[in-house]
Amino acid sequence: MMTPLVEATGLSRDFALGARGLFGRSRHVLRAVDRVDLAILPGETVGLVGESGSGKSTLGRLLIRLVEPTAGRIRFGAEDITRLGGRALAETRRAMQIVFQDPYGALDPRMPVEQIVMEPLRIHGARADAAARRAVAEMLDLVGLPPRAARRFPHEFSGGQRQRIGIARALILRPQFVVADEPVSALDVSVQAQIINLLTDLQRELGLTYLFIAHDLAVVRHIASRVAVMYLGKIVELAEKSALYAEPLHPYTQALIAAVPVRHPSARAAGRVRRAELSGDVPSALAIPSGCRFHPRCPHAMALCREREPAPREVRPGHVVSCHLVNPA
Amino acid sequence: MSLLEVAGLTTTFATERGEIAAVEEVNFSLEAGEVLGVVGESGSGKSVTALTVMGLLPRPPARIAAGSVRFAGQELTSLSDREMRRIRGPGIAMVFQEPMTSLNPVFTIGEQIIETIRAHERAGAAAGFARTVELLEKVGIPSAAERMSAYPHQLSGGQRQRVMLAIALACRPRLLIADEPTTALDVTIQAQILDLLLDLRDEFGMALIVITHNIGVIAETADRVLVMYAGRIVEEAPVAGIFDRPAHPYTRALLASAPALDAPLAAGHLPAIPGTLPDPRHRPPGCRFAPRCELAIPACSAALPPLTAVGPGHAASCIRLGA
Repeated sequence: MMTPLVEATGLSRDFALGARGLFGRSRHVLRAVDRVDLAILPGETVGLVGESGSGKSTLGRLLIRLVEPTAGRIRFGAEDITRLGGRALAETRRAMQIVFQDPYGALDPRMPVEQIVMEPLRIHGARADAAARRAVAEMLDLVGLPPRAARRFPHEFSGGQRQRIGIARALILRPQFVVADEPVSALDVSVQAQIINLLTDLQRELGLTYLFIAHDLAVVRHIASRVAVMYLGKIVELAEKSALYAEPLHPYTQALIAAVPVRHPSARAAGRVRRAELSGDVPSALAIPSGCRFHPRCPHAMALCREREPAPREVRPGHVVSCHLVNPA
Repeated sequence: MSLLEVAGLTTTFATERGEIAAVEEVNFSLEAGEVLGVVGESGSGKSVTALTVMGLLPRPPARIAAGSVRFAGQELTSLSDREMRRIRGPGIAMVFQEPMTSLNPVFTIGEQIIETIRAHERAGAAAGFARTVELLEKVGIPSAAERMSAYPHQLSGGQRQRVMLAIALACRPRLLIADEPTTALDVTIQAQILDLLLDLRDEFGMALIVITHNIGVIAETADRVLVMYAGRIVEEAPVAGIFDRPAHPYTRALLASAPALDAPLAAGHLPAIPGTLPDPRHRPPGCRFAPRCELAIPACSAALPPLTAVGPGHAASCIRLGA
């Protein structure tokens, strides 16, 4: 068994909302991530899918300590980084980076690209000298931007090129682990494939490990080796991608796949029938349903599902699902 | 006579650096009950085309430089704002991508729908209330009578989009334009809203224009398709023609570059379209797609390619169609 590069055990994060009551206790607590176990192996890409409010972005940020956990543990390599602070945390963070969804909001509009890409080096103590400029130039080349891009400003670039700048900034510290949070969702369709191809090339060249967060199941199917499905703060299914897409076991995973638009108009009627079973909206994370949190929307819910929360079970090697309907093979 | 006939439409915007054309020489028509899908990326002109039809562009800076928009035989481009307001609602209605910004946060959803009804017809308070509850039920809002007193922020994104649909349908429009109606929604909710749009089309017999960047939404909804790129229609066809025999290199590349759920699992590269979308201020001469097209020859940049028929109801703007 390979040692995971990143491992979460019982990881949770609560957010306190709204007005605080007496003694500073918040009246509403939103549990965005709820006792998640996840191990990511070196060199692999784990796809993390789920709808808005599922907690997938919070989980990604927890793993790299951009968000503090409420409970649980995070290991990075051999080290427990859950309580790391100060210099030790800063050192570990070099190895863990994030690429954001919005290439417009993530770049400082007043900084030329060279400074934007160099910033992480400077934060980690490097001087803006010739060596740093050389590192930036190498990085720009690696992400497919021309050398003259260094002197330009973000507004002079298209969305796809801005995402290349964001990737260059994330990679300049040569991290081992990269959280890519919806990196192509804000891009035009004709540019998405370029960025996906770039991410796979960089992974091969630099030996990167990815957590690839997305709501587009087809994109995840292309780029991931394993896929985790999140619903209201919990991972409800995790499997090799070939197993997950060919034989999804959790009714929520089945519904997500069925909801993807058909690829040809001739499949329209069949698509409608397939997805007719799922109704309703994702419930609020402030009022998580009892038992299995998916049961109010689940077409197969039984009495047990309302009462008891299903525990994750490995029903086949590497295929873990939390559902009372699924018995181990 | 078609329900909607758009001919030679060119819409421009005045900017600090001169006038730019957002939509150029666009022609299409739409029959009652038909679903027209318009697919394109940013800057393709798909939304500006819809807003021109709706008369919702502020003029200036927008200007209809050429062409006509005829709805049920009536020319719309020369109507006053006041006359246009009478067309919007019972004639043409529109829903937008972001339902939160289209709803007024300080009024209940019931008030907003009743207001729409009473702006166009004389309806008493009781009749207006009953009609509104019926509309909310029709668009799939559970416990509709109780939800009448809810404010927009109390609804989920999917429910807000259903309320927008109820407002759009309040005056039984003959044409509904849906501009990226599901882009802000989750995939399971997207499917529900698309199914609802088609059900409502069947029930009300209205025509529908679905504007999207998502080729999957086209596959789910459209009878006929316009593909737009950099302000121009590059291909138009019945929906099966777009998916079975895409003619324009851009349409073909767009279909190929989106990964599919049912494609064989293969490692390696997705077929990508190189380059970036052209800046509307510096569009390339000749065919707008030529700088990114793998079939381009020097002649492509010499002149705009004419729309050439390739099959029944199927045409593409490309001089390399046989290549």
